[in-house]
Amino acid sequence: MAKDDHIIQEFTSREYEHGWVSDLEADAAPKGLSEDIVRFISRRKSEPEWLLEWRLKAYRHWTTMVEPKWPNVTYPAINYQDIIYYSAPKQKASPTSLDEIDPELLKTFEKLGISLTEQKRLSGIAVDAVLDSVSVATTFKEKLGELGIIFCSFSEAVREHPDLIKKYLGSVVPATDNYFAALNSAVFSDGSFCYIPAGVRCPMELSTYFRINAAKTGQFERTLIVADEGSYVSYLEGCTAPMRDENQLHAAVVEIYAMKNAEVKYSTVQNWYPGNKDGVGGIYNFVTKRGLCAGDHAKISWTQVETGSAITWKYPSCVLKGDYSVGEFYSVAVTNNYQQADTGTKMIHLGKNTKSRIVSKGISAGKSQNSYRGQVHVHKRAVQSRNFSQCDSLLLGDQCGAHTFPYIDVENSSSRVEHEATTSKIGEDQIFYCQQRGIDEESAVALIVNGYAKEVLNQLPMEFAVEAQKLLALTLEGSVG
Amino acid sequence: MLKIQNLHAQIEEKPILNGISLTVNAGEVHAIMGPNGSGKSTLAATLAGREEYTVTQGSVEYMGKNLLEMTPEERAREGVFLAFQYPVEIPGVSTINFMKTALNQIRVHRGEAPLDAVAFLKLMKEKMKLVEIDQSLLNRSLNEGFSGGEKKRNEIFQMAMLEPRLSILDETDSGLDIDALRIVAHGVNALRSKNNATIVVTHYQRLLDYIVPDFVHVLYKGRIVKSGTRELALELEEKGYDWIKADLATAR
Ligand SMILES: Nc1ncnc2c1ncn2[C@@H]1O[C@H](COP(=O)(O)OP(=O)(O)OP(=O)(O)O)[C@@H](O)[C@H]1O
Ligand SMILES: [Mg+2]
Repeated sequence: MAKDDHIIQEFTSREYEHGWVSDLEADAAPKGLSEDIVRFISRRKSEPEWLLEWRLKAYRHWTTMVEPKWPNVTYPAINYQDIIYYSAPKQKASPTSLDEIDPELLKTFEKLGISLTEQKRLSGIAVDAVLDSVSVATTFKEKLGELGIIFCSFSEAVREHPDLIKKYLGSVVPATDNYFAALNSAVFSDGSFCYIPAGVRCPMELSTYFRINAAKTGQFERTLIVADEGSYVSYLEGCTAPMRDENQLHAAVVEIYAMKNAEVKYSTVQNWYPGNKDGVGGIYNFVTKRGLCAGDHAKISWTQVETGSAITWKYPSCVLKGDYSVGEFYSVAVTNNYQQADTGTKMIHLGKNTKSRIVSKGISAGKSQNSYRGQVHVHKRAVQSRNFSQCDSLLLGDQCGAHTFPYIDVENSSSRVEHEATTSKIGEDQIFYCQQRGIDEESAVALIVNGYAKEVLNQLPMEFAVEAQKLLALTLEGSVG
Repeated sequence: MLKIQNLHAQIEEKPILNGISLTVNAGEVHAIMGPNGSGKSTLAATLAGREEYTVTQGSVEYMGKNLLEMTPEERAREGVFLAFQYPVEIPGVSTINFMKTALNQIRVHRGEAPLDAVAFLKLMKEKMKLVEIDQSLLNRSLNEGFSGGEKKRNEIFQMAMLEPRLSILDETDSGLDIDALRIVAHGVNALRSKNNATIVVTHYQRLLDYIVPDFVHVLYKGRIVKSGTRELALELEEKGYDWIKADLATAR
């Protein structure tokens, strides 16, 4: 219809809001990847021998692997020798308080809307901020420490809590798991670590902000969350990157280990630079996220709002090993212009009476491609298990694509798996109805899209939900007129 | 308030309105009747600014301005309200949220500050009472799973909230039970004033017992072929449209 064409044409991107570069001096490794670079990174971080070995094993395995070609995305071959694998903002010795941190760096976070000092004082969210590759500051450490909660940068955890790291690193996502996880295992430079002791309910949201700053730099952070028996934590992750016209690689790994009766809620608002409206530049977001419900009655819930990146390749998954354990995946993925997303989840039911729920809402606009890829596997032993999947796609215009690839595999007869999928177009009649009440076209699209994504947005903590709603609107802004 | 002159409109090359002229003054109620497919909803949608309907001839003046040059949302903000014959569903958006967004955009347009939550709630409660609508309905996704009558009542609730100057009610009475009809008509009458006007599109004279029109027009094949007072509606109820069609045939 005429109106639809109109919507498509007008669906040009607004300028990316976080596209500034900080003027920080960086201490970087030379370009390229080799055993020497792996050693360089490990040495730079004064790591113990076992960790270097772990990295080298991952690296050697990686050299035997090939990049996955099955995702429904296309991009020119990545030259892994043209990437800088380590870049740290130059600083004096490691900071012990906020006052010692480079003011430029603090300004960077302020621009991101996360003033650490403010955060510390007001919001009650503990923040660990990772800029390029190094974790910069962890607020609230003392307060959490009183409860026995550990929340710190990965490097610090390696130094201060080597036993925990040795025990759990790679326990959910092995170093050799897949191409990008292996790459990450070889060269990861920092990230966050979190341990919640048995019976402790973490009294505040824990939060990590990631930002890629230096040019030609890949970011390979690693997050490890260990929730001991009967504990609870809600963890937030936000990301941004400056505008650049070459693509940048982001290959992170997140591992969650939940013991008996533990519950972990992990929420992501991903807003990496998506490239410009002609598809130039943007982040390749190739991320492995997996949680293990190791004990009975454990629960892991992933919520993601994916609005950024040129390419997203990401399947936050749950391995439901404990009996009666629960896995959830709530996702909104928006693509506009030339963005491509291939995202979804894997729910692996191993324990008895395990339950999983998948709610995926894809929104495609412009010339973008948006795929849901989900696997539900119910093992023979996982009797009386349940899965419910709802995968909806919303199309804005007719030059974009929405695809659904569900893989369902049930090995026993007492389990039940339900899958529902819908595809709809944003209706001209819906937009007109809004306009007739005085709402302009752009706000109408935002209203309709937020309504569509509501079930997922409702899963987010309040402050994040508001931010996510704004981001959805921003991603689609300039789309109509 | 509204002056339509020789309005022609078409959709996809198919002419539907073939020269409509109609003047509506502040304080008046006009009823538009006519057989199915005669163009009543098309007229309503054209006045509201639906893009699919292309105006090929004629003019529409509203409050001294050229209505046809305004975007649909500008028309709405300037006080044109259309109660839809088939209200649209918007999943995940409650009527309350929808009205908050609409009302505040209208207020900003008028140079007024957006209503805060308390003031909005107060206004809402007042209007809920007027059209006897339950808050549980307003908390649900807009029109999703609403019964036919609930949708219509919700349209009138929205009209009450936005306090338009010119309301066009497109078959708001169809689908309403007798009690609901009375309530809706009561709402419409309560909102009537010497400063606003109403165009009621209906098939049934019964509604006009409650909302008493000053003028009744018969639309047929995209033209107003007969105008009169209340009595015309009674006559139509009794005799149907055939006599008008016959009159037209002999006149030709
Ligand atoms: N989108 C469209 N495409 C093609 N024809 C249309 C479209 N919209 C309306 N029409 C046609 O225009 C004519 C007038 O329709 P309209 O809905 O205005 O009639 P109406 O008088 O409101 O009828 P009713 O009493 O049944 O509501 C009909 O013949 C209808 O089929
Ligand atoms: Mg009609």
